[in-house]
Amino acid sequence: MTAGRFGDFGGRYVPEALIPALDELDEARRSAMADPTFLDELDRLHRTYTGRPSIITEVPRFAEHAGGARIILKREDLNHTGSHKINNVLAQALLTKRMGKTRVIAETGAGQHGVATATAAALMGLDCTVYMGKVDTERQALNVARMRMLGAEVVPVDHGSATLKDAINEALRDWVAAVDTTHYLIGTVTGPHPFPEMVRDFHRIIGVEAREQVLEHTGRLPDVVVACVGGGSNAMGIFHRFIEDEGVRLVGVEAGGEGLEGRHAARFASATPGVLHGAMSYLMQDEDGQTVESHSVSAGLDYPSVGPEHSYLRDTGRAEYVYATDDEAMEAFALLCRTEGIIPALESAHGLAGALHLGRELGPDAIILVNLSGRGDKDMHTAAEWFGLVDDVVEDDEIVPPGESDDPGATGDGRTQL
Amino acid sequence: MSTEVTASAEPGTGDTDRGVASVIERCRAEGRAALVGYLPVGFPDVETSIRAMVAMVESGVDIVEIGLPYSDPVIDGPVIQRATEAALRAGTHVVDGFRAARAVRDAGAPPLVMSYWNLILRRGVDRYAAELAAAGGAGLITPDLIPDEAADWIAASDREGLDRVFLVAPSSTPERLSRVTAASRGFVYAASTMGVTGERASVGPAARDLVERTRALTELPVCVGLGVSNGDQAAELAEYADGVIVGTAFVRALTGDGQDGDVEARLEAVRELARDLARGVRERRQS
Ligand SMILES: Cc1ncc(COP(=O)(O)O)c(C=O)c1O
Repeated sequence: MTAGRFGDFGGRYVPEALIPALDELDEARRSAMADPTFLDELDRLHRTYTGRPSIITEVPRFAEHAGGARIILKREDLNHTGSHKINNVLAQALLTKRMGKTRVIAETGAGQHGVATATAAALMGLDCTVYMGKVDTERQALNVARMRMLGAEVVPVDHGSATLKDAINEALRDWVAAVDTTHYLIGTVTGPHPFPEMVRDFHRIIGVEAREQVLEHTGRLPDVVVACVGGGSNAMGIFHRFIEDEGVRLVGVEAGGEGLEGRHAARFASATPGVLHGAMSYLMQDEDGQTVESHSVSAGLDYPSVGPEHSYLRDTGRAEYVYATDDEAMEAFALLCRTEGIIPALESAHGLAGALHLGRELGPDAIILVNLSGRGDKDMHTAAEWFGLVDDVVEDDEIVPPGESDDPGATGDGRTQL
Repeated sequence: MSTEVTASAEPGTGDTDRGVASVIERCRAEGRAALVGYLPVGFPDVETSIRAMVAMVESGVDIVEIGLPYSDPVIDGPVIQRATEAALRAGTHVVDGFRAARAVRDAGAPPLVMSYWNLILRRGVDRYAAELAAAGGAGLITPDLIPDEAADWIAASDREGLDRVFLVAPSSTPERLSRVTAASRGFVYAASTMGVTGERASVGPAARDLVERTRALTELPVCVGLGVSNGDQAAELAEYADGVIVGTAFVRALTGDGQDGDVEARLEAVRELARDLARGVRERRQS
């Protein structure tokens, strides 16, 4: 058993060429986390750039649909760049400078991590290349423009399935060739050690703040903490501070896509352990061990594996994992918009769908803390098509609503509303 | 070194010469480097890929590296990616590697399977090792498995008398080189550059430095791969390496120019390349 294991999960399944860089990173992050100068700088950025601490918001009108349980949202959507991703990105960008490297690379699916990375690179004067599946660059054209506006190079990846997993493959290839000057700024709690542990630690602030805030607001700990799980960073971030609080249930919500009979990304409901992108974890794979493509309405949850620490929390029973289908997530998405005036990210809407179920199960005395990991502006295009918000959305779902809709509720191409 | 290999092959398997050591030894005795040729099984289809591997052996390749196509080939460049994607689309399976291994062994060369780790893990490390040995395989090259994670494979390969080829890279520190060489058997694979598979105009000075640093730590042969595409480059590497590994150039030859094209012509291109490389490893040339 090597370092960086969570039970049987995790490890370092990467080319030997990368091992020295991973050792260097491990060393750098350990010394940084014990260095007051680094921690002060990170704290200053959290306060003066990201806008931390993020607030909590109780949502009683939404909670009426959840058996009357009290539902409290941790508002990571209010962070600069619109999601929790910035917590990890700023910290890794600082580490990049600490290691004397001048360039960062990143993978991105929906574009949120890419935008956050491009932002941090602009802030800190680093070169930045973002790999993005070609399919995703087309689906998320405006995020591509945002990254380019921020000075990043965006490279569409058109082999394999041309989605997130292939973007990660390409980023790994770049990293091997450029590791002297380049840090691979991984966007979630996956990848070879030390990434899962390090990225978790950089997001841990979510749970640290939320625990205090809920105690202050309600006088007690929540009964359940709920978060959506793609790679698993926002979930690890909010779960971690609660792990020793044995009475607090931790529930991760995966993307159920079309349901288990169709295409989905419910790894824990269907998958077996395997290795992808450097880590042993639950993995959607066929009989031969080839990766099976995942699917979700939400690009940020559309990944065939999951952070190794989640696999450990699941197998040890400390956390539970459920899934919400595309339909359930879209319903929760609409409900939060209409009842509370908050447009959540589609990823976060999966967490909300989970909370609706849990509330009905637990009843009015329960307190449920949900990580609202991001805001939904980026998802307006998908939502407009899903709910038929734009009059001239034609049957053919290839067609993007043009700019001249008369519907006052939707000016133009949903994507331009970002 | 060869005694070490023979000793660790399980007595009673009746096949103590399963690995590549004796072939590299013979090449050394002939005063030349060994030629290792890579092709993925299943490209353009299983039958043709096996014919191409046999053609390589008949034209001077000493050891065949059989690639198992994988959905997420992170150390492969575009040429091999395209070929392995095509192989997967054509329905290639892990077991096809066993057929290829048998054919290569029957043609007279030791076959090493090159596989990303999840394919082996999925089949079961012990089971895979036993099946590979039964198919005449010489061992495994594992580009995304480091010795630190390889306890199961080390045990299984010891049991079956299979070679285990781990990689070293220009970035490898002395500690890493020691660790990798101590765990390897058959040869050590020195990646000539920091990067993915693919042809390069020249194989840089990093390769020579790496081979020298590796040799200082082990008796095992050191073979160099990544970037070699012709006989002249092979001759340069043969100057200091025990073996020269060529992949992308063979895949390109088998790909041909266009989409269809004559299979026989492409197999002839594979043979021609093998002959040119075989000349190179016999020439040895000051770079
Ligand atoms: C808003 C938001 N939430 C959640 C995720 C999923 O990632 P993770 O599971 O690492 O939190 C993403 C990923 O893009 C995201 O943008």
